[in-house]
Amino acid sequence: MLYDGDYRSYNAFFNLYVIVMTSLHQIVTIILLTTIIIMTSMAFERVQLYMTIELRHLKKKYDNGEEVLTDINATIENGQFYILVGASGSGKSTILNAIAGFIPINDGTVVINEKDVTQLPPKDRNLSMVFQNYALMPNLTVAENIVFGLAARHTAKDIQQQKLNDVLNLVHLEEYKNKKPGNLSGGQRQRVSLARALVSDAQIILMDEPLSNLDAKLRAEMRKEIRALQQQLGITVIYVTHDQTEAMTMGDQVMVLNKGKIEQIGSPLELYNAPANTFVADFFGSPSINLLDVKMRHNSFHLNDQFEMLTNVDIDEGQYILGVRPENIVISENGALRGELTHIEPLGDGTNIEVNIGQNQSVRIKVSEQLDLTLGDVVSFNVLIDRALLFTPSGQLLHTGKSVSAVI
Amino acid sequence: MKKASNLKFRNESALGWLLLLPSFIILGIFVFYPMLKTFFLSTQLTDLMGNPIKFIGFKNFSNLFTSDSFMTSFTITLIFVFFSTLLTLVMAYLMAMSASQKIMGIAVFRTMFSSTMGVSVTVASILWLFMFNPQIGMFSKILTFLHLPQINFLSDPTWSLVAIIGTTVWMNLGFAFLILLGAIQAIPQDLYQVADLDGASWLMRLRKITIPATSPTIFFVTVVTLINAFQTFGQVDILTSGGPDYHTNLLVYAIYQDAFVNHSVGRASAQSVILTIIIMLFTMIQFYVKNRKGANYANE
Ligand SMILES: Nc1ncnc2c1ncn2[C@@H]1O[C@H](COP(=O)(O)OP(=O)(O)OP(=O)(O)O)[C@@H](O)[C@H]1O
Ligand SMILES: [Mg+2]
Repeated sequence: MLYDGDYRSYNAFFNLYVIVMTSLHQIVTIILLTTIIIMTSMAFERVQLYMTIELRHLKKKYDNGEEVLTDINATIENGQFYILVGASGSGKSTILNAIAGFIPINDGTVVINEKDVTQLPPKDRNLSMVFQNYALMPNLTVAENIVFGLAARHTAKDIQQQKLNDVLNLVHLEEYKNKKPGNLSGGQRQRVSLARALVSDAQIILMDEPLSNLDAKLRAEMRKEIRALQQQLGITVIYVTHDQTEAMTMGDQVMVLNKGKIEQIGSPLELYNAPANTFVADFFGSPSINLLDVKMRHNSFHLNDQFEMLTNVDIDEGQYILGVRPENIVISENGALRGELTHIEPLGDGTNIEVNIGQNQSVRIKVSEQLDLTLGDVVSFNVLIDRALLFTPSGQLLHTGKSVSAVI
Repeated sequence: MKKASNLKFRNESALGWLLLLPSFIILGIFVFYPMLKTFFLSTQLTDLMGNPIKFIGFKNFSNLFTSDSFMTSFTITLIFVFFSTLLTLVMAYLMAMSASQKIMGIAVFRTMFSSTMGVSVTVASILWLFMFNPQIGMFSKILTFLHLPQINFLSDPTWSLVAIIGTTVWMNLGFAFLILLGAIQAIPQDLYQVADLDGASWLMRLRKITIPATSPTIFFVTVVTLINAFQTFGQVDILTSGGPDYHTNLLVYAIYQDAFVNHSVGRASAQSVILTIIIMLFTMIQFYVKNRKGANYANE
């Protein structure tokens, strides 16, 4: 139809053809170039290893007016095992959900890798998550569950398989590949959930009390396993727990939360040795720290108007709280303090006891030998005052360790 | 020792039987006796009063399968059951999915969607009778407004079945919706959070999470709706009386016609037996699948 033998029309047709083809060629080139640019920039973004997370002035209020998060500020460095710890209802999951983007926040920003992601949906935050109840699809096999995210992101099938095999190897689940989650034990399910989080290549993994459904022995095992995996892969983990042992043993940094407020952020030993206040002091350690009401008078602490401990700490006279860890008390024949034994817990490798020193104050003591005592016995002991902590009556830390040392 | 426990056992089982007795009596009078009588009558030639005259074996049944009117009614029933169940299920599922969203004021929709559950068959049928009315009905008004040709819903052979299906679906929706909504809301939220993290598509969520998690419920609702559909009577009686020209003569309505209008009780009983067998079959499938699936899901 276009070429009917007439040379001129053929010529016109040819011109048209050339124009169309060149413009097509240009369009294709432009499209190709832009895709290459976009792809490389995307690849760059994914490969980039520096994934810090910053929380700036996060606030969250629910409809009932309850302020669940007051003013949360934190920086989570790349490769850190960062722990959020606090009692039930303190807002740990809320922070995690805000980082993941599952819930909108009222105020503040979430910055991941120097990019403000506050308004981005979860899928664009490049995170993965391990849930408390595993969140496995009961109708899918272990393998299908693990590649769920890859399938959702339309990763090529062969790459899916390869990653699946790698990660199954990593969490030792090769034989369970084709089983349904319903036929696995709790620990195995949690490992599937872990594998699903690891397979996605996300550099940040959020974990919300992942071990709380497991028994004590398995929990200890999984603790080690998760920590080892995190260090081996160099990923950043934000880990929610209410278990102080998990916080102490796993964390690089620990954020202690109380009723939606940060009480303190620090390394586990910092939190243990220099707790910012009595709440943090009380949170860590088992049995928990003794918080004794003391009076400062004439350069010595007075406990119950009965016991006196000289000290060189330079503070005004008045009421204070003396924090003494149970392991920093030694039982001795003629100790400065004495009281009646009210509770005894033989542990085998040691003993925890509780001694009533009168006026409604009792002291928890932890010794590393087996004690042959019965309730009602009088126990006398000394406080290692140079390891004690001193708090204001409102519970803020004044002095730590050495600075409270005795002068005797 | 052994004797005592034996005695106790016997006493206990006696008490058990005693407690079961009232329900046995009631079931006997209102269920077992009529059922057995129906089985008996289906093998009899009966007079105009419904009294058995003589035993004819399976003659009533073989007559049915060669009778045009029964085969039509049977085919129409199958078509009706298929479409009304399918539509009920799909619509109720879509409604349940949208009503499970957490939006302000969604409770109003939940109430509205489930409200048809409280409407009796008669009331619903009369309501729809008015709506289908060619003079004052809503549908004819809409057709006029859209400048479309009028349809006489209740006297057109095809449309009358559509009308019955529509009414039935409307009536079934409330129940199916409520049950499915419960099932959808019981799905753990964290499964959807997993999907959120990787941006799984709407379809993937539906296929991999929502439907598998609700499949036992879907199955249950399907069977219940199916059995209900087989027993449809009121809508037919009020809207079309089986017409026009037997085009909406569903099985139960045909049974009623045969027994109380045509006075052929034997034939009606035979049809009842066939219906009973069909429904029993579905019930058995339901029980069988429920036991198997139940075991599967209990593991989860
Ligand atoms: N949807 C909601 N509406 C209203 N209040 C809510 C809602 N979700 C959570 N809260 C409240 O927010 C507070 C913090 O909840 P969050 O789940 O973050 O606690 P948590 O520290 O994770 O506790 P747990 O250790 O029990 O999981 C709680 O007091 C809770 O009652
Ligand atoms: Mg929580």
